[in-house]
Amino acid sequence: MAIPVVYNLRSVKERWTSAVVAVLGIAGTVGVFIAMLSLAFGFKATLVSSGSSDNAMVRRAGSTSEMDSSISLDQIKIMEDFPGVAHANGSPLVTPEVVVIAPFPLRSTGTDANVQVRGVSPRALEVRSKVKMIAGRFYQPGLAELVVGRNVDKTYAGLSMGDSVKFGGGTWQVVGVFDAGGSAFDSEVWCDAHVLNQIYHRPENIYQSLTVHLDSPSSLRQFKDAATADPRLTVDVSPEIEYYAKQSRTLTKLIVVLGGIVAVVMGIGAVFGALNTMYSAVAERSREIATLRALGFGAGSVVFSFMIEALLISLVGGLLGAVAVLPLNGLTTGAMNWQTFSHLAFAFRITPFLLGLGLLFALVMGILGGFFPALRAARRPVAPALRAM
Amino acid sequence: MVRVDGSGSSNSLISARGLSKTYSRGGEQIQVLQALNLDVDAGEFIAFMGPSGSGKTTLLNLLGGLDVPSAGSITVAGDEITHMSRSRLTQWRARHVGFVFQMYNLIPVLTAFQNVELPLLLTSLSKAQRRQHVETALGVVGLSDRIHHYPRQLSGGQEQRVTIARAIVSDPTFLLCDEPTGDLDRKSADEIMELILRLVKEYKKTVLMVTHDPVVAARADVTLHLEKGVLVEADRLQTVSSGGAR
Repeated sequence: MAIPVVYNLRSVKERWTSAVVAVLGIAGTVGVFIAMLSLAFGFKATLVSSGSSDNAMVRRAGSTSEMDSSISLDQIKIMEDFPGVAHANGSPLVTPEVVVIAPFPLRSTGTDANVQVRGVSPRALEVRSKVKMIAGRFYQPGLAELVVGRNVDKTYAGLSMGDSVKFGGGTWQVVGVFDAGGSAFDSEVWCDAHVLNQIYHRPENIYQSLTVHLDSPSSLRQFKDAATADPRLTVDVSPEIEYYAKQSRTLTKLIVVLGGIVAVVMGIGAVFGALNTMYSAVAERSREIATLRALGFGAGSVVFSFMIEALLISLVGGLLGAVAVLPLNGLTTGAMNWQTFSHLAFAFRITPFLLGLGLLFALVMGILGGFFPALRAARRPVAPALRAM
Repeated sequence: MVRVDGSGSSNSLISARGLSKTYSRGGEQIQVLQALNLDVDAGEFIAFMGPSGSGKTTLLNLLGGLDVPSAGSITVAGDEITHMSRSRLTQWRARHVGFVFQMYNLIPVLTAFQNVELPLLLTSLSKAQRRQHVETALGVVGLSDRIHHYPRQLSGGQEQRVTIARAIVSDPTFLLCDEPTGDLDRKSADEIMELILRLVKEYKKTVLMVTHDPVVAARADVTLHLEKGVLVEADRLQTVSSGGAR
């Protein structure tokens, strides 16, 4: 049987000041680790949730985002008749869209930030069923009216219900606020695509993307095959979810890499803290270890016992770090979406998976910080240590 | 019967032959034990005396499997321990040796009960059986009422009693006591010696004890002196000394 864990628990309690140093080091590292990842996860989740599994996104072949895409009205008319396209009231559920970037002052700093203004069709709410009006009404076709996402309402000055705002050479009226379920659309301003094209002096029959509501997610194959086979079209068709997931990749990767570097550097510091704590534990308890060895506990038992102790310390540190960052969950922040150059509001997302990952990171630090001191404890000659003071 | 001339019978419980131990210190070789012989029968109580640095503790460490000799062999109850691997020696210690240390060497964060239970954790006894053994051992040393006390809540004498309970709880083949009274006042030392004598007489324990105190040594069946790395019996030492004086 192994050395009882109560020995480790009480030993840590006796020398709590030393253990606290290691616990805080690990807690800080785990906190930063989880916070960084929750930022990346939040950003990704916001973009991914913008897509629906039964929507397809059509763009010009070879374009990387809506910003550098264009589709003509003729092409759109062809695609409306493709198999797999859902219909309501006898007409296809599609929304040809255009996007522009307009600067608006942030409420927090007063400085301008880019907002994505999306010109949509009057059927946009039917195509994107997750988006619901929560105040006012949807725009009236042909009028310079805006409906804004709920984050836009909170984040920017002059874009609240009833406000009149100038951009792109026109004067617009904010007539409604919509809730897009925490997706990227919550950071967008929507208006009539025709009006937007007119005000921005863009060609009337050119759009940047077409979002198609499908009969079912499995209808994507049919629709895509038809688009690929038609020689009149040069378009890319992708699931809407995939398009938004792709958009999130650059910034998510950047946050994960930068966060990873910070966490690893902090982790090295925390491991040294744990090493210091465990080496001093071994030094202070050399006579106890020798006594246990004399009584017949093997070197393996001693290593196991000190590893358990290091893991206990790291687990407490990990839990503390996880609890410390929990209040960040749901906290909204903003970042530039590098694919569209617009400001995107998103929330920290601390998921059980991330908490588990944080605890795993803490345990890895505990193993690294505990192994060598544990090995030293087991390798010490027993006889001289028995008389150590 | 104790013998130090290498003439012991094969029935001896403990038998050391040509035991030598050399330490290397600062490039210098220090020979602590020189071709020492010792035979101890079961149930004997032997005291080892000698000046500081004479190798008493070294001898005890070798006999207890805590250290390995530079030359020679040790056989305990038919087992030759000098060629055992470290892990096998550890297992052997758990089964055959009960240690009593001068500084008690109790684990300060464990109660008297938990300290005494430690050697039993290495056996296949059930929890209930362990409890019974621990309570019996603490009863033998007269500490049934201190079972849940921590070492810091006990006097020196009581701590040493817990150590003795820990040494006997697994019923080892023999007990090794390294200055068991060295850190105690006379009254407590007497009580500990009474206890050790009881273990020998009542429970037929074999005890090998190192001490500086002639009064303590006098309670043993035989006192052996370590002189220049070899063992000499007390009466022979007297003869040698008086012979030398003439």
